[in-house]
Amino acid sequence: MVAQNVTFWVLAVVMVAAAIGVVRTGNVVHAALYLVVVLAGVAAQFILLAAEFVAWVQVLIYIGAVVILFLFGIMLTRAPMRHETPLDNDQRLPAALAAGALGVLLVTAVLDAFRGREIDFTSRTGPTPTAEVAQSIFRTFVVPFEVVSVLLLAALIGAIVLARRD
Amino acid sequence: MPLTQFLVLAAILFAVGAYGVLARRNGVLVLMSIELMLNAVTLNLVAFSAQLDEVAGQVFALFVITIAAAEVGVGLAIVLLLYRNLRTPDLDAVDQLKG
Amino acid sequence: MLDAAWIIPALPAASFVAILLFGRRLGGGGAFLGIGAVAAALGASLMAVVEWVHRVDDAATEHGLGTLAVFGKGLLGAEAEHAAVKPVVHAVTWWESGPWVLRVGTHVDGLTVMMLVVVTVISLVVHVYSTAYMHGDERYTYFYAALSLFTASMLLLVVAENTLQLLVGWELVGLCSFMLIGHWWEEKPNTNAAIKAFLTTRTGDIGLLVGVILTGVMVEQATGRFSFGILATNEAALSGRVGETLLTVTAACLLLGIIGKSGQFPLHTWLPDAMAGPTPVSALIHAATMVVAGVYLGARVYPVFWEGFAIASGGINPMAAVGAITIVIGALLAFVQNDIKKVLAYSTISQLGYMVMGLGVGAWVGAVFHLFTHAFFKALLFLGAGSISHSGSHHSFDMRKDMGGLRHHMPVTFWTFLIGSAALAGIFPLAGFWSKDDILATAGQSGYELFMVVGIVGAILTASYMTRCVYLTFFGTYRGHGHPHESPPAITGPLVVLAALSVVAGFANAAAFGIEKFVEYVEPTVAFPKVLVPDFDVTLAVISVGLALASIGVAAYLWFQREELGPFAGLTRRSAPARAGYTFLVNKYYLDALYEDGIVAGIRGPLARAAYRLNQRVIDGIVNAVGRGTAVAGRLTYRYVDQGAVDAALNGLADETGALGGLLRRLQSGRLPRYALAVVAGVVLLGAGLVLIRI
Repeated sequence: MVAQNVTFWVLAVVMVAAAIGVVRTGNVVHAALYLVVVLAGVAAQFILLAAEFVAWVQVLIYIGAVVILFLFGIMLTRAPMRHETPLDNDQRLPAALAAGALGVLLVTAVLDAFRGREIDFTSRTGPTPTAEVAQSIFRTFVVPFEVVSVLLLAALIGAIVLARRD
Repeated sequence: MPLTQFLVLAAILFAVGAYGVLARRNGVLVLMSIELMLNAVTLNLVAFSAQLDEVAGQVFALFVITIAAAEVGVGLAIVLLLYRNLRTPDLDAVDQLKG
Repeated sequence: MLDAAWIIPALPAASFVAILLFGRRLGGGGAFLGIGAVAAALGASLMAVVEWVHRVDDAATEHGLGTLAVFGKGLLGAEAEHAAVKPVVHAVTWWESGPWVLRVGTHVDGLTVMMLVVVTVISLVVHVYSTAYMHGDERYTYFYAALSLFTASMLLLVVAENTLQLLVGWELVGLCSFMLIGHWWEEKPNTNAAIKAFLTTRTGDIGLLVGVILTGVMVEQATGRFSFGILATNEAALSGRVGETLLTVTAACLLLGIIGKSGQFPLHTWLPDAMAGPTPVSALIHAATMVVAGVYLGARVYPVFWEGFAIASGGINPMAAVGAITIVIGALLAFVQNDIKKVLAYSTISQLGYMVMGLGVGAWVGAVFHLFTHAFFKALLFLGAGSISHSGSHHSFDMRKDMGGLRHHMPVTFWTFLIGSAALAGIFPLAGFWSKDDILATAGQSGYELFMVVGIVGAILTASYMTRCVYLTFFGTYRGHGHPHESPPAITGPLVVLAALSVVAGFANAAAFGIEKFVEYVEPTVAFPKVLVPDFDVTLAVISVGLALASIGVAAYLWFQREELGPFAGLTRRSAPARAGYTFLVNKYYLDALYEDGIVAGIRGPLARAAYRLNQRVIDGIVNAVGRGTAVAGRLTYRYVDQGAVDAALNGLADETGALGGLLRRLQSGRLPRYALAVVAGVVLLGAGLVLIRI
C-alpha cells in the first residue's frame, strides 16, 4: 500500500509539472515532449489502477500515434522552433483565472462528493483480465463499439478531404 | 488507496488543459491542451472503474481514447487548412467572424 | 286599380329607365317603349275611372238616394245630396323618427282619376305626334326618355297621398320642364329660357315649401299628430281647430307656389319664353299638364284655401284677384305677338287665370272642369301650330313673315285649329263654353260679380286675339318660303282626336242638359266644404256667347274685310298714346325688364361687389393672417422644438445606442480564444452556482 501511494504521488507531481510545461513552454516541440511525459504518466496510473490493457492502449495510441500526428502538424505548419514569437495570446490572465476557478470548482466538488472512498484491491487477484474487457466490449457495448468504428472512418475520410491539396 | 487523490489529480490536469486551450496561440498547442483534458477524463473513468469494480469504466476509457485520436486527426487537418489560407497557425488570425 | 294605383306612375317610370338604358339600340329609338308605357297607363287610368264610378254609384244606392242622386239635379237647381264616398288611400311609411312619420302612397278619388285620364291622354297623343315631329332629331331617344320621366312625375304628383309627395312630383316635373325646354341647348336662347323657367318657378316654390310644412303644422294643431297626408290636411282645415292666421298664411304660401308654377301674374314671365322648347313639349307641359299642377294643388287641398281666404264670404280674395289680373294681362299680351306659339302661351296664361280665379270664387267644379277641357283644346292648338311649323312655314312660328293662306294647303290642320280656337273662345256647344260658363255662373251667384265681369271681358279678348291669330295664319296670301303641304298622319291623327275631344268633352258636365258628371263623380264628398254648384244661367250664357261672337265678328271685319285693321291701320304711327300703349304691351309691361335688369342686376351688381369686397378684405385678410401665423409658428416649432428638443433627444439616443453597440461589438471579436474563454467562464459560473446551491 505504501509503495503504491508513493508511486502515485511521485507520478502525480511529475505529471502536473509536465502539464504545466505543455501550456507554458515557449518551444512547440518541447511542449510536445512534455505532453509525452504526461501521457506516459497517465499510462502508469492506469497500471496502478489495475487497468493493464487500457494502459498499453494508451501508450500505443496516444504516445505512438497522436503525438506523432502532433509532430507532423508542427512540421507542416512551420511553427517557429525558437523563442521568436510568443506562443501565448493576450488573455493569459483571464485564462488563468478561469482555469483556476474551474480547477477549484472541480476539486471542491470532488472532495465534497467522494471524500473517504477507498479503492479496494484486496479482492482482486491481479490486473483486470483483457478477456473481461473484450467480453464487455463485444457483448454489452457492441453497439457503441460499432458506432465508434464508424466515427473513426468518418474522421479518417474527413481528415483526408480537408487536408487535400487541390 | 483513496479515490479522491486520483480524482483531484484528474481535476488539476483538466484545469491546466483548460488554461492551455484558452491561453495558447498556436493551433497545434491548443489541440495538445485538449488532449490533456481528455486524458484527465480517462483517468477519472478508470479510477471509478477500479473503485466500483466495474469493467465498463475501462471500456469507456478505450472509447475515449479512440475518439480522441479521431478528433486529433480532424483537428490537425483543420489547422493545416487554416495555415494554408492564413499563412500562419496563429488562431488569433482567425477573426473573419468579427462583428 | 284603385288599390293598385301606384302602377300608373310606375309604368312610365319603368319606360324612362328602359329607354335610357336600351333606347338607342332599339328600332325606332325607344319611342315605342314610351308610347307603350303611356298607353298602358292610359288603360289603367280608364280602369280606375270605371272603378271609381262604380264606387260612387254603389255608395249612392247604399244610402238609398236613388235616381235623383244618380242623375244629378237637372234643371231645377236643387243641390243634390251626395253620399260620402271616401277616397281610396294606400301608403307605406318610408321614414319615421319620433312624431315625424313620412309616407309615400296613393290617394285616389274622382279628381285623381280625372287628372290621370287627362295626363295620360295628352301624353299619349304627344308621344305619337313626336314620332313625326321629332323625327331625325339628334337626341330623339333622350327626348322620349324625358317625356316618360315627365309623365311618371306628373302621375306621381296626381296620385300623391301627402303634400310632401306632391312636392316631390312638383319638383320633378319642374326638372323635366327644364330638360325639355332646353332640348336644343346648342342655341343659347333655349338654355336661357330653360333657366328662366326653372328659376321663376323656383321663386314660387319657396312658398310651396313653406306651405307644405305649414300643412303639417296645421294637422298637428288640429289632431295632435303630425302628418302631411292630404286627407288629414283637408279634414284639419275644415275642423275649425286650426287658428285663422295659420290657415291664411298657409293658403298664401301655397298660392305663391301656384303663381309660380301655373304662370299667374307676376311670375308668368317664364311661360312665353318656354316656347323655345319643341312644340310637343309646349303642348304637353306648358298647356295641358305641368302648368295645371298649381291648379291641381289648389283643387286638392281646397279646404285650406276655402277657410284661409274665406272664399265663402264673397267680395274679394287674393286667389280670385290674382286669377282675374292674370286673365286680363295674358289676353292683352296675346294681341301683340307675331309668334304663334307666343300667342298660345299668353292664351294659356290667361286661361290658367280663369282656373285660379274659379277656385278663388268658389267654383271648384268649374275650375277643375275648365282644366279638363282646356287640356284638350290647348294641346290641340299647340300641336296644330307644330303641324304648321313642320309642314307649312318651313320651321318658323312667325305668323307675319312665314304664314298666311294655309287653309288651302293644310285642310286638316286648319279645321282642327279652328275647332280648337272656337272651343277656346267659349262658343256653344264646344267644350270651352261649358267650363267657362260654369266659372262665370258661380262667380255671379256667389257674390263675386266683379270677377264675373272680368271673366266676360276675358272671353271677349280671347275671341278677338284668336281670330287675329287664325286670320294671320290661315287666310290671306302665303308669305313664307317653304312648300306648304299637309302633315303626315302621325301629326294629323292626334289633331283629329283632340278636336273630337274638344267637341264632346264639354258634355261631361253640361249643366244645361242636366248632365253633371263632374259634380257627381269628381267633386270630393269627404273633407270638402259645401261649394256652390251653380244653376245654369241662360242669360249669362247668352250674354257671354253673344259677346264672344260679336268680338269675333268685329275682328273678322277689321282683318278679313278691311285687310289688316282698316281704320286702325297705322294707328301707332299717328297717335302717341296708342304707340305708348302698344310699346307697353310689346315690352310685356316691362315686367321682364323689372325682373332682369332691376332685381337680378341690382342683386348681381352692388350686392355682388359688396360681397366681393367683403371676401377680399375681411375674409381673405383673416385667412392670410392665419396662414402667416401658422408659418411663424411652424418656424418656431422647427427651431426650438424640433431641432432643439426632439432632434437632441433623438441624436442623443442614437449616440448612446452607438456607444452601447460599440461596447457590445467587442463581444463579436471573431477571435476564437475569446469565445473559448467565454465558454469556460460561463461553465465555471454555472458550475459554481450549482455547487453553491447544493451546499
